[in-house]
Amino acid sequence: MSTLMESTRELVQRLQSGETAVSLTQSCLNAITSRDAAIHAFVRPIADGALADAASVDGRRQAGETLSPIAGIPIALKDNICTQGVATTCSSRMLEDFIPPYDAHVVTRLREAGAIIIGKTNLDEFAMGSSTENSAIGPTRNPWNTAHAPGGSSGGSAAAVAAQFAPLALGSDTGGSIRQPASFCGVVGLKPTYGRVSRYGLVAYASSLDQIGPFARDVEGAALLFDVIAGHDERDSTSVNRPVPKCWDTVNQPLTGLRVGVAKEHFGAGLDTEVEAATRKAIEVYRSLGATIVDLSLPHSKYAIAVYYLIACSEASSNLARYDGVHYGHRAEKFSNMIDMYKASRAEGFGAEVKRRVMLGTYALSSGYYDAYYLKALKVRRLIRNDFDAAFEKVDVILSPTSPMPAFKVGEMSDDPLKMYLADIYTISANLAGLPGISVPAGMSSSGLPIGLQLLAAPFEEERLLRAARMFENATDWSRRSPELNH
Amino acid sequence: MANYTTIIGLEVHVQLLTNTKLFCSCPNRFNPDNPNVQTCPVCLGLPGALPVLNREAFKLSLKTAMALNLELARFTKWDRKQYYYPDLPKGYQTSQFDLPFSSKGYVEFDMPSGELKRVRLIRAHLEEDAGKNIHDESGRGADSQVDLNRAGTPLLEIVSEPDIRSAEEARLYLEEMRLLLLTIGVSDCNMQEGSLRCDANVNLHIHENGETIPTPIVEIKNLNSFRFLEAAIEYEVKRQLGQWEKERKRLGDVDAPKTTRGYDPDRGVTVLQRGKEGAADYRYFPCPDLVPVVVSEEELAAIRATLVEFPSARRRRYCDQLGLSAYDAQVIVNQGNEFAAYYDAVVAICGDGKLAANWTTQDVLRQTNDRRETLAQFPVTAEILGTLLSKVAKNELTIKAARDVFAALLAEADEEKPISKERIDAIVTEKGLATISDTGAIDAVINAVVARNEKAAADVRAGKQQALGPLVGQVMKELKGADAKVVRQMLIDKLSS
Repeated sequence: MSTLMESTRELVQRLQSGETAVSLTQSCLNAITSRDAAIHAFVRPIADGALADAASVDGRRQAGETLSPIAGIPIALKDNICTQGVATTCSSRMLEDFIPPYDAHVVTRLREAGAIIIGKTNLDEFAMGSSTENSAIGPTRNPWNTAHAPGGSSGGSAAAVAAQFAPLALGSDTGGSIRQPASFCGVVGLKPTYGRVSRYGLVAYASSLDQIGPFARDVEGAALLFDVIAGHDERDSTSVNRPVPKCWDTVNQPLTGLRVGVAKEHFGAGLDTEVEAATRKAIEVYRSLGATIVDLSLPHSKYAIAVYYLIACSEASSNLARYDGVHYGHRAEKFSNMIDMYKASRAEGFGAEVKRRVMLGTYALSSGYYDAYYLKALKVRRLIRNDFDAAFEKVDVILSPTSPMPAFKVGEMSDDPLKMYLADIYTISANLAGLPGISVPAGMSSSGLPIGLQLLAAPFEEERLLRAARMFENATDWSRRSPELNH
Repeated sequence: MANYTTIIGLEVHVQLLTNTKLFCSCPNRFNPDNPNVQTCPVCLGLPGALPVLNREAFKLSLKTAMALNLELARFTKWDRKQYYYPDLPKGYQTSQFDLPFSSKGYVEFDMPSGELKRVRLIRAHLEEDAGKNIHDESGRGADSQVDLNRAGTPLLEIVSEPDIRSAEEARLYLEEMRLLLLTIGVSDCNMQEGSLRCDANVNLHIHENGETIPTPIVEIKNLNSFRFLEAAIEYEVKRQLGQWEKERKRLGDVDAPKTTRGYDPDRGVTVLQRGKEGAADYRYFPCPDLVPVVVSEEELAAIRATLVEFPSARRRRYCDQLGLSAYDAQVIVNQGNEFAAYYDAVVAICGDGKLAANWTTQDVLRQTNDRRETLAQFPVTAEILGTLLSKVAKNELTIKAARDVFAALLAEADEEKPISKERIDAIVTEKGLATISDTGAIDAVINAVVARNEKAAADVRAGKQQALGPLVGQVMKELKGADAKVVRQMLIDKLSS
């Protein structure tokens, strides 16, 4: 029997009433040791460091110190978040030996709050992908059915929480990379507003879209973790300086007069019928909770995928230029001159999907193409944001499926990148518009795979977003389901 | 030989004098002996590190733009200029592309002909400097190394229109630019250390049969001294002319691309570095890690309030208000801010601009050069010199007596005696140098000298002017501190009456 079946609040209470962080951490490490071979959620667990940190938290608690509610709770980090002295690989051969000399801002915040960093999780190389198959160390499996993918790119973090290796995890979301794997793995995943969480120490994929956010078994867990990582950091120029609400304290307060928007564009072709049915049911749940349902249109959302792949790939082509084999990272052994060294190091160090996106972005930024591709994409991005601004005049949250389908099988889509890109259709707009979004479990497919519900809110409305999501969670029991764990 | 005009545009690169680098808090210091010690995750381009703009560097940039008469943008942004090179750790340089913080300005300076030359500026923008590649110079082919101490140093790029017409003009332009930058204190402009360097774009306009034909443009990279700039351009003009006469290739011909050359000072020639196959594609795009900068009127006003007088305005003031010649004004101002400030302080005390100019440009400059002293080390402070010259201006001392006092002061300083303006009067008394303005006393000596030299006196009376000199000399000998001019006039008056 796992120790992580309880809600986040029960877990916090257990730690506050006698259970030691060491024993909790040890049970997580044991679970990883016994079961992660089948899931492959972790690039590397951090056993010794985690136990030492846990012992230190226990000492502080015994000394009577008042600790953050997160103190002593193990947390898994996506392996594109820098950890001082611990390899941060981005699941890439390019960075397999890269040991950052510094902690990411979120890691500093977690350490200060006493969270226990238990390991680094697998991802699509440099966060490019929707399945965690594009990893140099091999794919992560979905804990609900290991023939299926956990989604991505934060598939390792989503799977770690679903498989009860850790009660909490951090991922990063550039086009849905937190919300989509959360929906595939039946956990809660929150992408905060762009600028809400410092990106300092997050290895950049697409800087204007990337945002770090929490995974948890329930909305309360997401609120707890969000409170710790959110807030201004002067080392990130795009980090926004505004007060952060205490979501952990308010998450259980239902919203009265909640207005839920439903956009017709979110129920288009390609939407799985079971996912659609679960989403329609969720609408009825909100209606039964007293919410007003408002029909909406987001007319420019049909351009979101095209805009996303232009902007994300353009930024990626620039952000990944630093991996050239000169200063750190993989350097080819055989080369004949400097240009050849660059070529060989990058050819060997990057996987196919990374190369594809770097080439796409290099092309889009090239002289003669810039105006037609990148500049136009920026303009449409603004129109997408305008659609949302208009919508949030009328509603508090916008409800949709997180992904048009439940988890696909490992290998099912790897030969068709475009089909895989289209699976991001409902999540991508939030990144382009900089909005907060959350995925909560909202059903199960007939084949026993979780279905996720997405809620989006206006910028910096995470507190209301979490409360709205928590209302749904309390009215249903989807978050309390767990996959069968093979011991 | 073809009739031609030389066309030159300069790109000047200036490292700004900030405490820290442009996008991180590493120290901004020239430190070639300890490579890679002034580095951090940001300027090393480590994964996950992010830039934060150094507002001080931006302020210095605004200040510079004001001095260069540039128009300041109220909104400016940062762009990535992308290329691969080992000294560029991120694979891009954070720079400014289509919205630089300033554009359209000019620099003016005096030509030796006295003509005022104006060179228009296209723009000035702020960017980060690259690191430095260090290659094995022994010829044994050891690995090249990279020093990133310099990476991220704030660098201003100032681009001129092709308004410069000769190598000499190019040098004068760069000298004026350096003087201006030093005056406003934004850079140390140390050319050996690379804090001021420039690239010259050079071509010729050949005038032939009523037609003007531009030749292909050559960019001479990284000129780091005034002498090399001038010599490189002179060489390049001759080379391009020879090439024109041989090949007759025009700007824009498909087989005549813009090329880049370097200057080899040992051989005094420019050497081809690379042909530019079309324009390099830097794939500029807005840097998503930085936010645009909005410049407020208040900020500009605060910077404007810190501005000192620019060299051109100072020269004009010296000519218009102090009555100096353009040449003297140029000599004083071009010595730099410290020297001109010394001069200003002397004028403020003695009240005579021309007198102060003569003394500072001749006596002071000669002495500081001979003594190898900076003005700050020079014992005769502006206060002492100003006090001394005020006595000359009030006819209390002759120029000659003042020179004696000046020399005596320096001699005392060399004996490590403290000197001050109070010593002036003491020296005057000790050496009996005071101007004798008592005409009675002078008259008495004149009478005695005339009486002793009847023959010479008669010659003067007969109109032999050359006989006057020895008489003046004899009077002066007996009367230390008398004004020779006064003595001469009194003698003339006496002998013609």
